[in-house]
Amino acid sequence: MKKNKSHPNPQAFIPLPSIQGDVAKEKDAYARLARRILITALVISLAPILLVLAITLNQYDQATREKIHTTLSAIVEYNRTEIDAFLREKTANLQSLVLFSPPEDLQDPQVMEAHLRRLRRVYGPVFEDLGLVSATDGRLVSYAGPFRLGPADYSKAEWFQEFREKPQAVSDVFLGLRGMPHFIVMVRTHDKEGYPWILRATIDFEAFNTMVRNLKIGKSGFVCILNRKGELQTRPLQDINPHTQVYQKLLSTRSGDSLIFHQGRDKNGQKQIYVAGFLKNEDWMLISQQPESDAFSDLHKIRKIGILLFLGCALVIAFLATRFSRKLVLTLQRKETEKQLMNRQVIETGKLASIGELAAGIAHEINNPVAIMVEEAGWIDDLLADEDPQSIKNIQEFKASLGQIRTQGQRCKEITRKLLTFARKSESTTEVVQINDMIREILPLCEPRARYAQVNVETRLAPDLHPVLASRTEVQQVILNLANNAIDAMESEGGSLSFESINHDDFIEVLVSDTGPGIPEANLKRIFDPFFTTKPVGKGTGLGLSICYGIISAMGGKLEVESMMGAGSTFRILLPARISAEENSASPNP
Amino acid sequence: MTQRKVLLTDDETGFVETLSKRLEKREFKLATAFSGNEALSVLAENAWIDVVVLDVKMPGMDGLETLSLIKQRFPLVEVIMLTGHATVESAIDGMKQGAFDYLMKPCDIDILTQKVDEATARKRAHEEKIINARAQGIAARRGD
Repeated sequence: MKKNKSHPNPQAFIPLPSIQGDVAKEKDAYARLARRILITALVISLAPILLVLAITLNQYDQATREKIHTTLSAIVEYNRTEIDAFLREKTANLQSLVLFSPPEDLQDPQVMEAHLRRLRRVYGPVFEDLGLVSATDGRLVSYAGPFRLGPADYSKAEWFQEFREKPQAVSDVFLGLRGMPHFIVMVRTHDKEGYPWILRATIDFEAFNTMVRNLKIGKSGFVCILNRKGELQTRPLQDINPHTQVYQKLLSTRSGDSLIFHQGRDKNGQKQIYVAGFLKNEDWMLISQQPESDAFSDLHKIRKIGILLFLGCALVIAFLATRFSRKLVLTLQRKETEKQLMNRQVIETGKLASIGELAAGIAHEINNPVAIMVEEAGWIDDLLADEDPQSIKNIQEFKASLGQIRTQGQRCKEITRKLLTFARKSESTTEVVQINDMIREILPLCEPRARYAQVNVETRLAPDLHPVLASRTEVQQVILNLANNAIDAMESEGGSLSFESINHDDFIEVLVSDTGPGIPEANLKRIFDPFFTTKPVGKGTGLGLSICYGIISAMGGKLEVESMMGAGSTFRILLPARISAEENSASPNP
Repeated sequence: MTQRKVLLTDDETGFVETLSKRLEKREFKLATAFSGNEALSVLAENAWIDVVVLDVKMPGMDGLETLSLIKQRFPLVEVIMLTGHATVESAIDGMKQGAFDYLMKPCDIDILTQKVDEATARKRAHEEKIINARAQGIAARRGD
């Protein structure tokens, strides 16, 4: 009734998910929702991790760089001082030597030999040989050492040219007359006549070289010494080309005493960290170089671990988020479906309730006119009784017609009575009732009809079924109604009708099943609607199941129907059990 | 049997008219009223009424109110409630308040007649008891 009017309440027409076309759309929407939840969860959980990781790595990076910087500085600074000290010491050795033995004495090779022996004994085999050279003409006057050089002339030698006027000096490394790399330390002195002399000592290149060469930094970092011209003063661990731009740039930097830092690529294109410092009065430069990959190996390791951890976390989070979002959406979907189902039930109940109200009104209003009609018919009947039956031609017809009016009046009365029962406007008294007993009482009532329709009646009743609080007559009415419907359904072909009662925790279940043709899907939805009937006109009012529904609902129970075409129908009654009443009735009895 | 003396009260005039015609044909002495108030005034004017047939559902003063007033003012008059199905419960309430019985509309005229007879008999019995009691009272006074 309400349904036929277009009405604005959107709740009344919520499409159910089971109605085909919408399913795909709904699923799409849920998939979209799942995706959105997943993305949000991933962003929310991964963004902070990423941020923390980035900050931590950045901090660690800076700290590592600083550490490397400090370490390299310390190494270079320390070794520069060491080498400087070493060279100064050698010079000082020679100075003290010329102080004690004037050039006149040193001209004697015996004395020279003795001095060399003493020096080697005191300072180790660093001093390779000693020679006294005339500062005026570059002649080697006296010599002690492993090389039998004879009277050599150094006047053309580079070091002589360069250092003859200086009080003391240390030369660069050169091949010299012997064709072997070495460098010399020399001091200038004067004899009694005032002639200048130069005492020169060859420093064991290998010893010096080893000292520098052994300075290893990290795995593959090393140290070398260059002179101003960019010539190697030591044999570095790795082959380097000192004439590349990097070294030239380092050498051309005027830094005084402080250290120079530089990062650049070497000839192989590998990134290197260079730390350099001048020594020997800015003649030489100590250069340490270490590949970045080596220096930052810890950092790279940490970075790798961090990224791996992050990826691991991301994987776990992604997995969890996927599951979580899927679960959430599933729950949501279920809730939504439940809600729609409940909506449908609410609508159903509301519809039945409003129909009930209407039915009560109609029943009552119709009662009076029907009463008058019946009275009028009675009046005519009374009047007819006074007439002479012979004088009225169709007296029998009149009587039959009046009888029909009375019968139909009774039928109206029956309909209104049922309607009012459905609307629960008539009286009912509730008591504690054993449903099993009620079913047993009903059986004899339907057995004659069942026999006639060739229907077997079976019962499967649970022993000690919970009692329920109900009106005896109403329960009888419900069970009888369901039984009659079942028998009607099987009238043509026979079958079996079964009553089953099942105990549950706090409710009981009663099943009334038949093996009839089943109820078509379209009818299932309307089966509890008042006046809905599939029986021929005059055979059913269409109120039976509505009344059952009304009665069971009013008892706080549920009436449901399941049906499969060709297999039969089952009506399920669920009623709240009266468990406390059982105890109450048990105690006063003994 | 003495004549049945009945007041028919219902707001449905058609029903009252037809039923009264039928009852008069059956030798009833009848009065009619179409509301509770009217019923009370008819009762006040016509002391011969034994039984009131009263519809439960009426506009204005309904059957139950009318019933209690009748029982208050005319305690000996018997009342039969007439009801549609919706008001069975109020009919029962009415019986608890002293109505003789109730009948459902549409009712069979023979059953109605039977109920009226029973109600009349009860009224007569009551009246008799009252007369006897009075007689005894008078006798007792005489004995002084």
